Amino acid sequence: MADDKDVLRDVWFGRIPTCFTLYQDEITEREAEPFYLLLPRVSFLTLVTDKVKKHFLKVMKAEDVEEMWFDFEGTPLKWHYPIGLLFDLHASNTALPWSITVHFKNFPERDLLHCPSNSVIEAHFMSSIKEADALKHKSQVINDMQKKDHKQLWMGLQNDKFDQFWAMNRKLMEYPTEEGGFRYIPFRIYLTMSDRPFIQKLFRPISSDGYTHTLGDLLKEVYPVAISRDDESKRYQVVIHGIEPLLETPLQWLSEHLSHPDNFLHISVIPVPSD
Amino acid sequence: MSVSLLWAVDVYGRVYSLSTGGQQWEQCHDAVLEFKRVTAVQQCCWGIACDHHIYLNVHSSDVPIRYQEETYENQRWNPKDNFSDHLLPSDRWHWSDITGLEHQPLDSFLLPSTNWEWEGDWYIDENFGGEPTEKGGWTYALDFPATYIKDKKWNSCVRRRRWIRYRRYKATDTWAKIPSEGHSGPLPDPFNDISCGGWEISEEPRGRLSLWAVSLQGKVWFREGIHHHSPEGEGWEEVSLPGEVVQISCGPGDLVWAVLWEGQLIVREGITRDCPQGSSWVVVDSPNPEAGAIHVAVGDNVVWAVTKDNKVWFRRGINSHNPCGSGWIGMVGEMVMVNVGLNDQVWGISCVDRAVYFRQGVTSSELSGKAWKAVNVPRDGDIRSHSSASISIGACPSSPPPEPPPIDPDVPKPRIPKVTSDSFISEMLSDREVKQEGATAATTASPSIPEEEVALGEPEAMCLPPWSNVDLEETQTHLAVGLSSVATYTLCQGEPYGADEHPLWAWVSGGGCGVNFWTLLSLPALASSVQSMSLSISPAQTAAWRKQIFEQLSERSKREMDHFKHYEQSVWVKKGTMQWWRDWKPHKWVDVRFALEQFSGPEGNQDGILFLYYNFNEEKKYLHAFINEVTILVPVLNDSKHTFAIYTAERTKQRWPIRLAAATELALLSVSCCDSRGIQGPPSKQAIWSVTCKGDIFVCEPSPSLEACPYPTPCDQMFWRQVGGHLRLVECNSLGVVWGVGYDHTAWVYTGYGGGFFQDNIFTQTDVKCVYIYENQRWNPVTGYTNRGLPTDRYMWSDATGLQECTKANAKPPSPHWTWVADWTIDYGISGGTDREGWQYAADFPRSYHGHKTLKDFVRRRRWARKCKLTTTGPWQEVPPIPLSDVTIVLCGAQSSVEPIPLWAISNKGDVLCRLGVTLLTPAGTSWLHVGTDQPFKSISIGGANQVWAIARDGSAFYRGSVSSESPAGDCWYHIPCPERQKLQQVSVGRTSVYTVDQNGNLWFRQGLTPSYPQGSSWEHICNNVRKVSVGPLDQVWIIADKVQGSHSLSCGTVCHRLGVQPMEPKGQSWDYGIGGGWDHITVRGNSIEAPRVRMPSLTPSLTSSLTDPLRPPPPRSLLPVMVTEMENGNAVRC
Repeated sequence: MADDKDVLRDVWFGRIPTCFTLYQDEITEREAEPFYLLLPRVSFLTLVTDKVKKHFLKVMKAEDVEEMWFDFEGTPLKWHYPIGLLFDLHASNTALPWSITVHFKNFPERDLLHCPSNSVIEAHFMSSIKEADALKHKSQVINDMQKKDHKQLWMGLQNDKFDQFWAMNRKLMEYPTEEGGFRYIPFRIYLTMSDRPFIQKLFRPISSDGYTHTLGDLLKEVYPVAISRDDESKRYQVVIHGIEPLLETPLQWLSEHLSHPDNFLHISVIPVPSD
Repeated sequence: MSVSLLWAVDVYGRVYSLSTGGQQWEQCHDAVLEFKRVTAVQQCCWGIACDHHIYLNVHSSDVPIRYQEETYENQRWNPKDNFSDHLLPSDRWHWSDITGLEHQPLDSFLLPSTNWEWEGDWYIDENFGGEPTEKGGWTYALDFPATYIKDKKWNSCVRRRRWIRYRRYKATDTWAKIPSEGHSGPLPDPFNDISCGGWEISEEPRGRLSLWAVSLQGKVWFREGIHHHSPEGEGWEEVSLPGEVVQISCGPGDLVWAVLWEGQLIVREGITRDCPQGSSWVVVDSPNPEAGAIHVAVGDNVVWAVTKDNKVWFRRGINSHNPCGSGWIGMVGEMVMVNVGLNDQVWGISCVDRAVYFRQGVTSSELSGKAWKAVNVPRDGDIRSHSSASISIGACPSSPPPEPPPIDPDVPKPRIPKVTSDSFISEMLSDREVKQEGATAATTASPSIPEEEVALGEPEAMCLPPWSNVDLEETQTHLAVGLSSVATYTLCQGEPYGADEHPLWAWVSGGGCGVNFWTLLSLPALASSVQSMSLSISPAQTAAWRKQIFEQLSERSKREMDHFKHYEQSVWVKKGTMQWWRDWKPHKWVDVRFALEQFSGPEGNQDGILFLYYNFNEEKKYLHAFINEVTILVPVLNDSKHTFAIYTAERTKQRWPIRLAAATELALLSVSCCDSRGIQGPPSKQAIWSVTCKGDIFVCEPSPSLEACPYPTPCDQMFWRQVGGHLRLVECNSLGVVWGVGYDHTAWVYTGYGGGFFQDNIFTQTDVKCVYIYENQRWNPVTGYTNRGLPTDRYMWSDATGLQECTKANAKPPSPHWTWVADWTIDYGISGGTDREGWQYAADFPRSYHGHKTLKDFVRRRRWARKCKLTTTGPWQEVPPIPLSDVTIVLCGAQSSVEPIPLWAISNKGDVLCRLGVTLLTPAGTSWLHVGTDQPFKSISIGGANQVWAIARDGSAFYRGSVSSESPAGDCWYHIPCPERQKLQQVSVGRTSVYTVDQNGNLWFRQGLTPSYPQGSSWEHICNNVRKVSVGPLDQVWIIADKVQGSHSLSCGTVCHRLGVQPMEPKGQSWDYGIGGGWDHITVRGNSIEAPRVRMPSLTPSLTSSLTDPLRPPPPRSLLPVMVTEMENGNAVRC
């Protein structure tokens, strides 16, 4: 692999093998077989689990079914986080396939948002893109797009059409040459061991004196704990899309190539497994 | 679009040009004199200097302007001296022209002007109608004048030989003075105005131009004899006039308008191909009777005028039948002059600030455009002085006048534009005056004048005079934008050349300027600042962090996906309706339902089946095609539907594809086919390229067994996929350098395929071709030729065969992708020749036609052509500016990315060209090196070891000697006689083999080629019905063949592969038949994949054709030499 475009393709077509099992307390008419699926890393849980729902509804009575939700080892999974992020954050050092428990009762109102239809996902997705473009281009690019262009972005994601999505998304990834990058990098840093859902700050890809900021610079500024000092063993893994980029990787490049379709760079900081 | 120039003259007489590729006005430093006016066309620019003489600046080109002079040396035999110069008194001159009537000794040939030089000395032409003559070049005959033959016979009494010498035009990129000689001595008075155009009146190859000039006394002169080989023309001819002319304008076609001293306009009528100077004038009144016209500018279909009050007018209703138009429309904006450039684009110089303006929004449907837009481009010499004060004209009432006051203070004319012939010269002088007087004069004298202007201008605007022949006035809504960008300019008060800070233009000419770039130029900030992401990271391509990411991503894919592919075995179905070309008679389009079922197999591979459901005799039936068996999806020409044909190996054998019509499903099916075969990304360097007669480009990835012997992959199993773009031919080599030539002869270089959404290497591509129809007439004794034929005759308006009715009204472009770009014109270039009206005569339909009427001719026809244009996208970039007809790239070579790769081409005029600077990094190369030939060429090929073979227009072959990496153009041509009575058409040279195709479709192999004698000894016939041949780096031979019989139908234009080609047997044994039905071109010159060696213990390596291999597949069908009428839908792509 020699071309940066292949990175986009790899990011887009990343899949996580997943085994869905019905929660033991759910009432079924007969035993529910587990359901196996390859989940697209860049998509959203509720967008790609129609089949899962259909599969389990076969063994359940309609009156026992409320809104479907998922947990992993007791942690409710937020559908509005990209799937890859959920996996990296909660399950990156567990054995594959990823074992997700499916619930149809007792929706954890405190932890999760309701997702009555795909239009809710669309609204969430588009608002992320708009927020990202506000950071990158003062919203100039997204505002210049037409309604159908916005639709193309969403349809690309929904139908897993890489070309369709990127034909439009590439515009969001452009920037004036003389500036060397976006205005601010849209990123979010997620911590497993924190009450805060994530860290998000204004951070420029290029410093005022022209220095190219790297992933390390970002962490130093925003979450220095993640970087281990030279004299200590590594305590945290910094994971994006299931990989650990070197800290000297330019942030602008990461933003262009490893952002999720919502145009945010979702960075998971997870403790190094103790074993 | 190649780089072209906008020319302008400033008020000081300095000439500037603005390149479509550049960002600033470049001063033409070569101009020693100051110029008054210039008029530009694409290849040159004419100008009038302040000495009132005309100068010509021919742009230099890689192909020089050269002219072949010829003369004949005649001799007669007598018993005493044998052949000698002693001719009989009744004989022709010893040195004569070809007819023998003109005395032409060698020393009578003089250079036409000092702008020419001789290329070399006289030499003898040893090519006689395609056949090499004996040394000395003599051809023999019984007597003068008679038929000459190249061999001396017992009764040959006279002989002659042809001497040739070339002269070359040397005064390029410089202003060369044109002597103002009329037919009888020097012209009486100096020139004042000039206009060049008329290149569309006659066919392009000759490159004729019209040049009109106006003298100071108001006479009009037409320059004769300007064409490609004679850029200066021959002489001036006076044109009679109804009055005195002050200015003239000539469009690209037959539109010529001039302005009379009194303010009316005159229109030239009767301009035709045979009479480019026209025959008569028609007077058109000025748009405003109060203020006569002072300036006119014409284009293809437009006329713009400026009246004395500086108002701009657009003439309505101009077309080829009505050069006078029907009425004037007043436009917004006040201009000193306007000029119409290419594509009817309009340029003007504002009378407010003397800036050059471009008329925005001029399209073929809205010729008057939308608004004036200032061309704010700096000049190359501009040095901004920061101490200067910036003054806004609009805001500051005391600002100095944009135009200096008139020179003569005694005539108190408040800025009425002078219509005197030398107004611009006087303005130049007046400018100087101001400069010499210094800043004080400018500031004291001038402020009153603009106020006067305003005072005069306003009442005039309020009480409009009765517009006699004006029927419309442009709405004023554009006023705000119309002249808005005049706002500021810097004025340097303290400096002597202060006024020069803002260029004051006097004249502009857009006749050579292709304007596509203005959209870009007008947004320079945008054009330069946004860059695509892939470019931003190139410097750090090899950084460790990137390597790490690549490695981890591929590890991640392995870890998370490789073992779990079986999780997804999905099936999805796309349903819809399309139209199907029914399999049984009568064939017609029927609506069918279709379903495309796609599923991913256990290995993660995609596959699918296409079902078509139809009714046959009320019975429901279906037809299916396995997606992984589809070998090609070919778009088919249809003037109203988007249709395509589906082939599988089986259907290729039958020559009977599934034909479907659907708007969008082709793309979906194409993706499915590529997915099912796991093909993605750009074609490999080894790819085989082919082009259909529709101009669609296909590639096939060759498998190693394709050239295996004795069991090659059957070529009907080859999978072809389409590459974007539109070309007539494509050529490649195994290093991945690929060039193409369009139908309009534009050269294109392959940029690499970005794939999918990445449009980085995808560009807009256009192509132009002609649609032809025929007008047929029959002679009858009463009325002569009429359009009333016999009842048995063909349609009076038809296609070439006469079987199909085609009228001007009902003829359509070839497919919905094409649009008309011009009107119908008579085509004089048809083979057989035509008379002056384009007619060809014959005894009856259908016969061979000739260009003059004889007593036996009872029918005649003429061909009408109409240009249509296609705009598409593809991985191709134009290689301007020379149009090509053939191109070839060396087979192997270059190991490093900077090593030059030999590439040769033939221009559309037949010049042989060698491209310099072609490397792996720069496949487009840098410039052409012209390789001299004594006649135009038509085909060229460069094979292994730099062997260059070419075919001349007369059908003979040439071998280029001593071509090497040190001497890329070689040193001389060796004439190779053609096969007996055949004229060669095309050549292809492999690693060692040389194959040619002649005009009658025969394929010839050159025998006896050895390293010491690379020209070989003789031609050996291989087979007939061949249209094109391509020989590859393995000496593999592929052809496009006609009349290939399938089990259901016959196909023309079929890809065929020569079987049994081996080092010891370069001619091979038989043909294998691949995809066909409308293929025009194939190149296998990229495929250097050697087949794995198969050990055949039972057969010796020196197996020859005498041994029949029992395991060989059954012998393929022969190329039928019989004429079979084409079945209606036998061809997937009909020509």
